[in-house]
Amino acid sequence: MSLRRLSILAAGLTLAWLGVAAADSRDALLNVSYDPTRELYVDFNKTFAKHWQSETGNTLNVRQSHGGSGKQARSVIDGLDADVVTLALGYDIDAIADAGLLPKNWQSRLPYNSSPYTSTIVFLVRKGNPKAIKDWGDLVKPAVQVITPNPKTSGGARWNYLAAWAYALQANGGDEAKAKDFITRLFKNVPVLDSGARGATVTFTQRELGDVLLAWENEAYLSLQEFGADKFEIVVPSLSILAEPPVAVVDKVVDRKGTRKVAEAYLQFLYTREGQEIAAKNYYRPRLPELATQYAGRFADVKLVTIEQFGGWRAAQEKHFSDGGVFDQIFQGR
Amino acid sequence: MPADNTSASSARSESAWVRWTLIGGALLFLALFLLLPLVVVFAEALRRGVDAYWTALTEPDAVAAIQLTLTVAAIAVPANLLFGVAASWCIAKFDFRGKNLLITLIDLPFSVSPVVSGLIYVLLFGMNGLFGPYLRSHGIQIIFAVPGLVLATIFVTFPFVARELIPLMEEQGSDEEEAALVLGASGWQTFWRVTIPNIKWGLLYGVLLCNARAMGEFGAVSVVSGHIRGETNTMPLHVEILYNEYNFVAAFAVASLLAMLALVTLVVKSALEWRFGDELAATRH
Repeated sequence: MSLRRLSILAAGLTLAWLGVAAADSRDALLNVSYDPTRELYVDFNKTFAKHWQSETGNTLNVRQSHGGSGKQARSVIDGLDADVVTLALGYDIDAIADAGLLPKNWQSRLPYNSSPYTSTIVFLVRKGNPKAIKDWGDLVKPAVQVITPNPKTSGGARWNYLAAWAYALQANGGDEAKAKDFITRLFKNVPVLDSGARGATVTFTQRELGDVLLAWENEAYLSLQEFGADKFEIVVPSLSILAEPPVAVVDKVVDRKGTRKVAEAYLQFLYTREGQEIAAKNYYRPRLPELATQYAGRFADVKLVTIEQFGGWRAAQEKHFSDGGVFDQIFQGR
Repeated sequence: MPADNTSASSARSESAWVRWTLIGGALLFLALFLLLPLVVVFAEALRRGVDAYWTALTEPDAVAAIQLTLTVAAIAVPANLLFGVAASWCIAKFDFRGKNLLITLIDLPFSVSPVVSGLIYVLLFGMNGLFGPYLRSHGIQIIFAVPGLVLATIFVTFPFVARELIPLMEEQGSDEEEAALVLGASGWQTFWRVTIPNIKWGLLYGVLLCNARAMGEFGAVSVVSGHIRGETNTMPLHVEILYNEYNFVAAFAVASLLAMLALVTLVVKSALEWRFGDELAATRH
């Protein structure tokens, strides 16, 4: 075959292929989420699509994108067409609101601070807990390697950091300088910072780096389920933080795409009994009181501080994670 | 001369064990660093049997990733083919000011980190970028969609065709083209009947390498993809997602397709070299 004929054939095939690709379009919702919710939304999307079809008769295809919460917010700000965002913490949606994609009062639009489920931070250690890690204080011992993702990009990492900070404040009678020293020593023990929670989990479980993983409670339980309880165990510290991963409709996007109705129904479904059951089965703490009681045995009873004790997410972000904030200072000082 | 012969053969026989140690070392090294990982990819992919392997490859998101990768390559490779031929034609057959600058620019994607290559497009076409708001108001989506993936892929695979052709064309000079023109051929005829036949094997070689990189690129496309599964995940990105979801069989199944692509590329490349070694030799300066 001559080159010319070959090139004509190639061009023809390309056009045919593009035609096929273009013909395949369906009704879709894009949910941009943080890292460990992959399994949660696989289950939830299936159930909601069924519900939506029985309500309206329309088929629905929910697309997912996952990554570190801060990174995902950045992508939405840069133009990733998310109908709904389900991120790890309020500040990341605040940042999207600051870019003008949704109103600043977004968090009051849905019940419970727009967080249909909560979680907390626990430790995952190797079976038998060889380094005898019981509480936050054990993480700063010289021979302990701690795995946590990067607070700059990951939501879970910011909850990790703040929980450690809360513990240090409590242990030192509220002395900020001592708390800062504690965090500095903790991050001295961190050999690698992944950009998202799932990356950190893979680092700990697959690459077998580190002695303890600071993890979302749901992520820790999932690891036990995936790899078997004979490899890892969960350690619940004396104090942790109430992590509220919020959800929101991105107004600018749904109004442009005409998907507001389905996007709102999608988030509201998270608050129904069915939605809450799915969350609980995936080890997220449900909000509805009767389900919270029903699944109470599933989750450790631990004293939890809230983000309000840090003056809310904007203040916490500004103080600790902004450029030149406390995290930058202690991490550069490593 | 017999004396020379003896010394040459004794030089060879003396170093026999050294030679075998070196050859053995090289083979061991290859086996350890190239063959073993390849075997592991296929072993992992087939660990739960052929059925699981097939299921992983025919699952809708995997099919979408394969389609997307082929689509992106089907646009990026011809684009770079056209550009590469045009650029090397200019550079090899003509003299003009700024020629060295052009050569340097062509090499730029080789020296820029792929992540930066991706970020360039976010800065240009993102909502906070130069053209983002304008494009959005006209309903055009570049990044976090197929066009962005294509652009990033074109950028990182830019030099492959041109880099193959420039030395080849320079070596051949422009005598044959001049002869054709003197004999009355038009420019177009000269190009199709003289230039293209002279460079076709080098061209094919360049396209092959370009294609391999286009399908395998991770860094640049990762930045512009948005990671929407079933929509903007190319095969390499899909492998990462599956791996992060503890879905190791599926991850390695998709990875094995990429490995097979590499193997096919390698075989075709070797075949080309074996069959047309002389013509290709010019490209290896």
